[in-house]
This record gives sequence, C-alpha cells and structure tokens, in this order.
Amino acid sequence: MNIDKNMRILVVDDYSTMRRIVRGILRRLGFNNLEEAEEGKSALKKLQEEPFELIICDWNMPIMTGLELLKTVRADDNLKHIPFLMVTAEAKKENIIDAIQAGVSNYVVKPFTEDVLAQKLEAIFKAQAA
Amino acid sequence: MNAEVINPFINATRNVVATMAGISPKPEKPRLKRDHASTMDFTGVVGLAGDGAKGSFAVSFSQSCIERIVRNMLGDEIEDMEQDMRDAVGELANMISGGARAELEQKGHSFDMAVPTLIAGKGHRIFQLTDMPVLVVPFNTEAGPFTVEVCLQSGR
Repeated sequence: MNIDKNMRILVVDDYSTMRRIVRGILRRLGFNNLEEAEEGKSALKKLQEEPFELIICDWNMPIMTGLELLKTVRADDNLKHIPFLMVTAEAKKENIIDAIQAGVSNYVVKPFTEDVLAQKLEAIFKAQAA
Repeated sequence: MNAEVINPFINATRNVVATMAGISPKPEKPRLKRDHASTMDFTGVVGLAGDGAKGSFAVSFSQSCIERIVRNMLGDEIEDMEQDMRDAVGELANMISGGARAELEQKGHSFDMAVPTLIAGKGHRIFQLTDMPVLVVPFNTEAGPFTVEVCLQSGR
C-alpha cells in the first residue's frame, strides 16, 4: 500500500508523556509532519486553520474531550473526511460503542505497543484506500 | 474487599508497566493500611464511583522507579525529568485505572472514569476518598519499589 509519509498528523493528548510516546512511534514509522494539541478545543482551532490528514486523539481530556472533538469534526463539512484514531485508557464497552456511533475510524486502548499502533494506522489507511 | 476487586488492579498494573516501560513488576502479598502515610515520592490518585460503591485507587512510585520508567517510556524524548515524572505518574494512573475498570466490567462491576490527581514529595500523605481500610499491594522492580492502593466502600 502506498502511504504518504509526509501527511500532516495532529496528535491530541493532555499528557505530554503520551504525546511524545505517540510522536516517537510515528517518527519511527516515518511520519515526521506532526502537530500537537493539549485538548480538544485547541485541536479544533488548529484543524480549522490548517489542513490535516489524520487525527490521533486521547479520550479523557479537560475542556473538550476526545469524543466531543470527534462529534464536532464529524459534524463539520470541512473536517468530517479526516480519519480519526481514538487512543485512550477507556476500554469500557459502552464507550467504544459511543465512539463508533460518533464515527471514529479506529480505536486503540492504552497501554499499547508500537506494533499495535502501526496496525491500527494501517487499518485506517486500508479503509481509506478501499 | 475481595480478590475479585483487587486482582484487576494488580493485573492492570503489571500490564501497563510491562507494556509501556518494558519492566516486569513483581507483586508482593497485599496488606491493610490504616493511615495516610506514603514511603514513596510520587502518587497518582483516581476516584472510583459506580456500581453502588465509591472509593479510590492510588499508585505511588519511588523516585528511582519512576525515573527508570520515564527513561524507558520516552528515551530520547525526555525534556525535563522532574516534570516528565509527574506527567508520567498521572498517565500511568490513568491507564491502570482504565485497565482495571475494563476487567471489573467483565466481572459485572461498572465504575466511571475520573481525571487523576498528583501528589509529590518525600513523606507525602495519601487521603483516599473514603474512611475504609486501604488495601496496599507492594511491587518490586529492578529499578526500585512502587505500591498500588485500593479503597472501596460498598453502598449496597
């Protein structure tokens, strides 16, 4: 599969540690065009100002949660096409169902390995190409 | 508090620390604790509510242990070790609580998510959210000790 490694990716998480872990994995996978936001509202501002090709977002954040950001993105004609990967410690079934109903592209539960994140990204890119 | 409740926290702790930091922590025999004292340096506390019960969970790290975990988790991405240790304790508490609650859900107990609170400093005190006795599970790692505390009060 031909993946554009120069795609712009927005990583959203209130914990700097987790943003850097995700950033490190993405860099090792060859993605270097990365931006970060600490919560949903600042992420939304970036999304409205600049083009992005993938959002990787935590669920449990202050001000605007990942689920609220997902719903806002999916309701916006200019943003709704962007693949959205939810990365979260929240593994309860009802939350996963909420995210699927809100239009999440894929879902990865923390803790995760580099391989798991790579597989989730591949699944998103495959679905997009189909 | 029975094994059905404490074991998910032990399992989630082992899984999170092993997956994120490549360290295999060894749990020791749980014991009851009736005061607020901690011998550790950094603690993340998460409130638990739901299923007719309320309480809290805390994970407390010695400085040597959390420093090793941060080095293993972040590698070259470390910016400010003191700040990174605080940030990592919050995120680890978040992940352990999430993993434990997922296992508890499979056993028919449902608890809601809360944002972790961080306490730092030598000789700090941990105030759990109920007056119930606290069950402490000490863990040993090659980089030093840490503990997990669980305190749950049934409203049923």
